[in-house]
Amino acid sequence: MIRSKNIQQKIAFHIFRLLSFGILGILVWILGFIIYNGIQVISWEFITSYPKEGMTEGGIFPAIIGTIYLVIGSMIFAVPLGIMSAIYISEYASNQKWVRFIRIMTNNLASIPSIVFGLFGMALFVHTFGFGDSILAGSLTLGILIIPIVIRTTEEALKAVPESYRLGSFALGATKLQTIKNVVFPIAFPNIMTGLILSVGRVSGETAPILFTVAAYFLPKLPQSIFDQAMALPYHLYVIATSGTDIEASKPIAYGTAFVLISIVLTINLLAGWIRRYFEKQNSI
Amino acid sequence: MRFPMKIVERLLEGVFKMSSSITSIVILLIIIFLFKEGFGLFRSPVVENGYGLYINSKNPIADINPTQIKQIFDGEIDNWKTIGGNEESIYLFRFDEIFSIYTDEELGENYQFLPQKLNNIIAENSNIIAFFPKKYMQEISSNTKEIATKNIEITDFVLGKEWLPTTTPSPLFGIVPLVLGTLLVSFLAILIALPLGLGVAIYLSEIASNRVRGIIRPAIELLAGIPSVVYGFFGLVIIVPIVQKVGNISAGETAFTGSLILAIMALPTIISISEDAIRNTPLALRESSYALGATQWQTIYKIVIPYASSGISAAIILGIGRAIGETMAVLMVTGNGAVIPHSIFESVRTIPATIAAELGEAPIGGTHYQALFLLGCVLFLFTLILSIVSELISKKQTSKTA
Repeated sequence: MIRSKNIQQKIAFHIFRLLSFGILGILVWILGFIIYNGIQVISWEFITSYPKEGMTEGGIFPAIIGTIYLVIGSMIFAVPLGIMSAIYISEYASNQKWVRFIRIMTNNLASIPSIVFGLFGMALFVHTFGFGDSILAGSLTLGILIIPIVIRTTEEALKAVPESYRLGSFALGATKLQTIKNVVFPIAFPNIMTGLILSVGRVSGETAPILFTVAAYFLPKLPQSIFDQAMALPYHLYVIATSGTDIEASKPIAYGTAFVLISIVLTINLLAGWIRRYFEKQNSI
Repeated sequence: MRFPMKIVERLLEGVFKMSSSITSIVILLIIIFLFKEGFGLFRSPVVENGYGLYINSKNPIADINPTQIKQIFDGEIDNWKTIGGNEESIYLFRFDEIFSIYTDEELGENYQFLPQKLNNIIAENSNIIAFFPKKYMQEISSNTKEIATKNIEITDFVLGKEWLPTTTPSPLFGIVPLVLGTLLVSFLAILIALPLGLGVAIYLSEIASNRVRGIIRPAIELLAGIPSVVYGFFGLVIIVPIVQKVGNISAGETAFTGSLILAIMALPTIISISEDAIRNTPLALRESSYALGATQWQTIYKIVIPYASSGISAAIILGIGRAIGETMAVLMVTGNGAVIPHSIFESVRTIPATIAAELGEAPIGGTHYQALFLLGCVLFLFTLILSIVSELISKKQTSKTA
């Protein structure tokens, strides 16, 4: 009897261990597949030249630049709004009902599928505001998409600052704003940074919101203003993997594009982890 | 100096307060724009702009709905009696046929006689239904009348079994196949992901050493960070051929393939939320279980899992919500056949994939465009409901813990 329940436990735990390492295996499989195939394509020329021969040769330079523009554009829009919003919720708001309402709205916004943001961006920015398919419209759409992430991470970071720090600052005669500026924000900064970096990863990988707001199949030159269309890495990968002029011939380009995308995501994850650890060490001293 | 400082403080507080309403404003705007465009569908004429359906004026039929139009032009309805007219077989007349009846000379150099000829044909055939541009029918003779087309109704949309957005004369927008496709793929994905995710969550929270946890947890975070288009690409190149070979089917782009990819994508959500729920089980409960002689495994499945069940349900619902809304990966691996699925090894099309695939080709402001926005509304409502339900459930869990 006692033995059978011990054997049961052993079997169950082995299965769970197997599953967990199975997940690790899936990750290694996906990354390995992309990196192994991508590294054979990747070169300085691939990163810095334009697509050629109907996307079957050449590089992905305009797509990389387009993604960088979109990241910058959406951050300019979302970061100040998100951070200010979080500061209000965690530092100022006294009306708990209002705070609860905002939190529910933020959660709901975060749960809306990205394609719905695409529809919304198309209706509001592209048509109603008349921006057309443009970097501006795409950045605003992506910005709306990441605002909930910015708000949540900032709020958590602010909440992690001990109340005694604030009280200490008040006791020294500092005003609320001074306390936030000089005490709360600097301490919360590394955690806020981590959240921002993770949302950069999100923006650079999203495809559905940019399909109808900014993305172009091919552009012979770089966008000149925020009212121009742009190419973007995730859309580029989607197009050449599914509907290129010659899907077999453009497969290497697809591997290369996926490799660059994955590298961005990996770098961002590592960077975020590193920043968190670095500042944790500093703060603990 | 002190006085202006106070103003700045007040001013900034106001700015902060205003920006805190941004999420509410955005949600409000999303609702307004989606529903404004979407519900336009029920107010728009179904027949393509600039075209009309004409019948002989002796024909008693006054109006016709989109499904009837489609069935008539498909030959499924071939007698006027079926839709409440005379006992007469339907003579279907498409615009192109005029050129096989009359020569170019008879129609005139600039087709100036074309309207009259059309009128003649309609006048001669009491059982005719003709479809052609309105510009040729500006002077309708007394023998001809334009048949009124009923607008699409909500029931046509919600209960319609066919999604044929570009057929002429009248497209059909029935969301049943799309909803079934979406639900099939999402539920199958959760069915695959749940046992896996739960197992991993138990392992991470109850069994694993800190070192192993330090490897697997970042791996799961990374899995969550991979863009969906990369999952789609991976699925297209690796999983699709495997499914094709193993299932011995002609095309590997199936509902099952989509759910496999979605299952991988839903795992991080399921794992992290159920892990939190499991971790929140009070120590006292576990220790009482051990004191009664239970093993760690018995404690897990008799005490911890039941205790964490509402948190785990929240994870499931959130996972389903993610899966329902996922666009790119599903679009790339499910084959996109907009028909009601009969098996998991058939091609299906989900709601988000439909929007992504068709919006680019839909003329702005047309019925197809509006129908896609209406799909967006459906998707929005689905995910909103799921997110509210999961929030209610996890609130239950929190109050239990407190």
